[in-house]
Amino acid sequence: MKAIYNYIKEILQGIWTLLTGMRVTAKYFFTPWKHVTQQYPENRDTLKIADRFRGEVIMPHNENNEHKCTGCGICEINCPNGSIEIITKTLVNEEGKKKRAIDQHIYHLGMCTFCNLCIKACPTGAIVMGQRFEHAVWDRTLLTKVLNQPGSKIMEGVKE
Amino acid sequence: MDELKEVMITNDEIRTDEYLINMGPQHPSTHGVLRLLVQLEGEIVHNVQPHIGYIHSGIEKMAESLSYPQLGHLTDRMDYLSAIQNTEAVALCVENALQVEVPERVKYIRTIMAELSRLASHQLWWCVMGMDMGALTTFFYGLRDREDILDIFEETCGARLTLNYNIPGGVMFDIHPNFQRDVKAFIQKFKTKLPEYERLLSGNVIFTERTKGVAYLTKEDAIAWGVTGPTARASGFACDLRKHRPYSAYDKVQFKEILSDVGDTYTRYQVRMAEMWESISIIEQLIDNIPEGDHAVKMKGVVKLPEGEFYQRVETARGEFGVFIVSDGKKNPYRVKFRSPGFSNLFAINHIAKGWKIADLVAIMSTFDLVIPDIDR
Amino acid sequence: MAFNIYDFTTFTKSIHDGLSSQLSPTAVLAIEWTIVGLAYLLFVALFGLFLVYAERKVCAAFQQRLGPMRVGPWGLLQTIADFIKLLMKELITPKNADKFLYNLAPFIVIIVSFLVISVIPFAPGLVTFDFDIGIFFVTAVSSVGVIGILLAGWSSNNKYSLIGAMRSGAQIVSYELSVGLSLITMIILAGTMQISGIVEGQRDLWFIFKGHVPAVIAFFVFVIAGTAETNRGPFDLAEAESELTAGFHTEYSGIKFAFFFLAEYINLFIVAAMATTVFLGGWMPLHFGDFEGFNQIMDLIPGLFWFFFKVLAVMFLMMWFKWTFPRLRVDQILNLEWKYLLPINLFNILLMAAVVLFGLHF
Ligand code: SF4
Ligand code: SF4
Repeated sequence: MKAIYNYIKEILQGIWTLLTGMRVTAKYFFTPWKHVTQQYPENRDTLKIADRFRGEVIMPHNENNEHKCTGCGICEINCPNGSIEIITKTLVNEEGKKKRAIDQHIYHLGMCTFCNLCIKACPTGAIVMGQRFEHAVWDRTLLTKVLNQPGSKIMEGVKE
Repeated sequence: MDELKEVMITNDEIRTDEYLINMGPQHPSTHGVLRLLVQLEGEIVHNVQPHIGYIHSGIEKMAESLSYPQLGHLTDRMDYLSAIQNTEAVALCVENALQVEVPERVKYIRTIMAELSRLASHQLWWCVMGMDMGALTTFFYGLRDREDILDIFEETCGARLTLNYNIPGGVMFDIHPNFQRDVKAFIQKFKTKLPEYERLLSGNVIFTERTKGVAYLTKEDAIAWGVTGPTARASGFACDLRKHRPYSAYDKVQFKEILSDVGDTYTRYQVRMAEMWESISIIEQLIDNIPEGDHAVKMKGVVKLPEGEFYQRVETARGEFGVFIVSDGKKNPYRVKFRSPGFSNLFAINHIAKGWKIADLVAIMSTFDLVIPDIDR
Repeated sequence: MAFNIYDFTTFTKSIHDGLSSQLSPTAVLAIEWTIVGLAYLLFVALFGLFLVYAERKVCAAFQQRLGPMRVGPWGLLQTIADFIKLLMKELITPKNADKFLYNLAPFIVIIVSFLVISVIPFAPGLVTFDFDIGIFFVTAVSSVGVIGILLAGWSSNNKYSLIGAMRSGAQIVSYELSVGLSLITMIILAGTMQISGIVEGQRDLWFIFKGHVPAVIAFFVFVIAGTAETNRGPFDLAEAESELTAGFHTEYSGIKFAFFFLAEYINLFIVAAMATTVFLGGWMPLHFGDFEGFNQIMDLIPGLFWFFFKVLAVMFLMMWFKWTFPRLRVDQILNLEWKYLLPINLFNILLMAAVVLFGLHF
């Protein structure tokens, strides 16, 4: 008798646990408007990207096409995987003094691991992280970028 | 009579042959490129031989040519679900070697982040465990809640998975102004979701039948095989480094080390579930008390460790993660060795899966919570 | 019986009469068979596509997702796109596979599914075969399907497939019993094996209400065992994605895979339709004994609608299972059958016999 009682109890308990699980899923089934997925390309406009999001390394320029990079090469040294190459040039100013300046700040997006070390190391804050994250391109060479814009100059007053 | 005997003998010799089957490197339940060579008799597992190395990335060797601050971002990529703890281990190791004392604030932030990361990791483990057992819906519920944590990470650290947040000397950024508010909101929300997890899976009769009493790992075996983390604690091996070798702010919080002496698949599951509650409680104790201060101490431009050997271990979501650095005084380490929890845990699998069914093997793998890059680093 | 505007008998009869007046009986038969065959093909293809879509949307809702949204409005054309994709895929035959059996297996599976559909009455007069052993036919024929699965697993020359096939064999053979026994329980109540007779017997009250306790038990046993027979979760051991990659159809591609896939959904439909016919009154509207007014209002809703409404409800129940529960292990699945369902079933038959004998039903 006891065995039969236990047998039935076991079955009922089992069914009860199953029903508990089904209640959980049913709760979500009947509130379909609470879905958590997003319709990605459609919601581009309303997409909120955190302002610290590390999407790519960029070099902000002001309206006079000026940046803050001195060409010191510290970011290049700090990059763990050689994503940055600095090519400098020598400028001669009016007084005839020679001065080093950035020629090309080459950034290999394809190799970058977005570790933020270059940004942290840069003494003048010339480079920052951009929030763009749609980096897919058809040609790999497009991933190699020159961060300083053509014809750009260093900002007045930026010291090494 | 003789005839009969002959028949009987041939009958004895009719037996099922064992056969080998390759689970992986491409298999849905190895969660990556792990290859298990399984010897089966029918459905019963006789032998499991893990073959690793399919995504060996040579991180230890690469580390030899990197400077110490650069080391951290590679460890992110080993056990990517414990990225915070891995970088914390490196940071602590370097700080200890240089005898740098980090501000209190850093310690608090690191602890909160580590616990958030543990929660995220356990959430992913839970949902994948459900999926391995055939309950596909758990997968989405787990990821749904993990998403909230990743959003918090994104806001403060700027990344979602490979965070590189702990650096020698502190943390990369100070916490975001919304950090405390968001974490508290998340905790509030998750506290209502966790019982749901229990209702959906832990209590389910199919689930308990499949896991209770299956694949015991004894305490002795756990120690002998170097198993750590929740997997070992389910067998009664008190190995929680947060408790026994407190680092960061773990000495300032009250929490239980979840221990059980059963050691079957179900206990390994339950220990992780209970650990989620503990993580919640740790975060709750710290979140309102983050002291003011700097988020990092100023380190030299070039970090050079004194000559010698340094070891630091932390408790990741999977177990004990150790960093062993041999320095010859230069800016690059001479040799780096990572002790990853997944590697040691994995090889106990043969020991406990013998005699159980394929379905159990899948469940065992789930409860070991394997992350393959952690094994193949 | 009052004249029913939704009765298809006159419609089919007029076609038959029209043809007979023009052609010889053999030609009439041939034409009618072709029409019926095409109708079933069309129905299966369309309903199969709809079911795949429905399943995706339902599971998406359980999982707080949206499901397919890209192809067509609300992803309505998604399954059609998938079907076209499957049609265009290369048919791969593994080396060392048993070519003949390998190619034969999907056809066995799908033909069996078609056979069973033929006895299901969709609406008054909308049924192909109406034997006096209808129920028996269903159970007998549907168990042939397992041969297709076994062949598929055996001939693919893949160990995963083989394990899947063996599991499925063991599972279907055992669950046949429960399906059969739970149907027998209802046959006791109905007193006939003819499907039209069973539906007719539910004119005043559906059997699940009429037979109360034993009928309800039988209903749930039938749904559980039926789910197991269709190899759907939580009994999807034969496919067991996380264990056996895809089980018995691992090696199949293209249209042959589509056959297995379609057969799974037809089987789902068959189980739901059988549950509807035997327990929930088939196309019979909801009637309550003497409430004439109520019954007449219910009669306004066409039988076809009633049938599909009930079938979809049962299907929803089965999807709900599938998306909530973890999968059983192979020994548990047999335990469940032999230790629980079978004894319960046998006991239930006794109970039903007693109920019928003493006239305890409504
Ligand atoms: S973010 Fe890291 S990897 Fe990328 S360029 Fe900067 S230092 Fe190099
Ligand atoms: S970006 Fe900064 S660190 Fe790099 S070269 Fe320019 S100034 Fe130096």
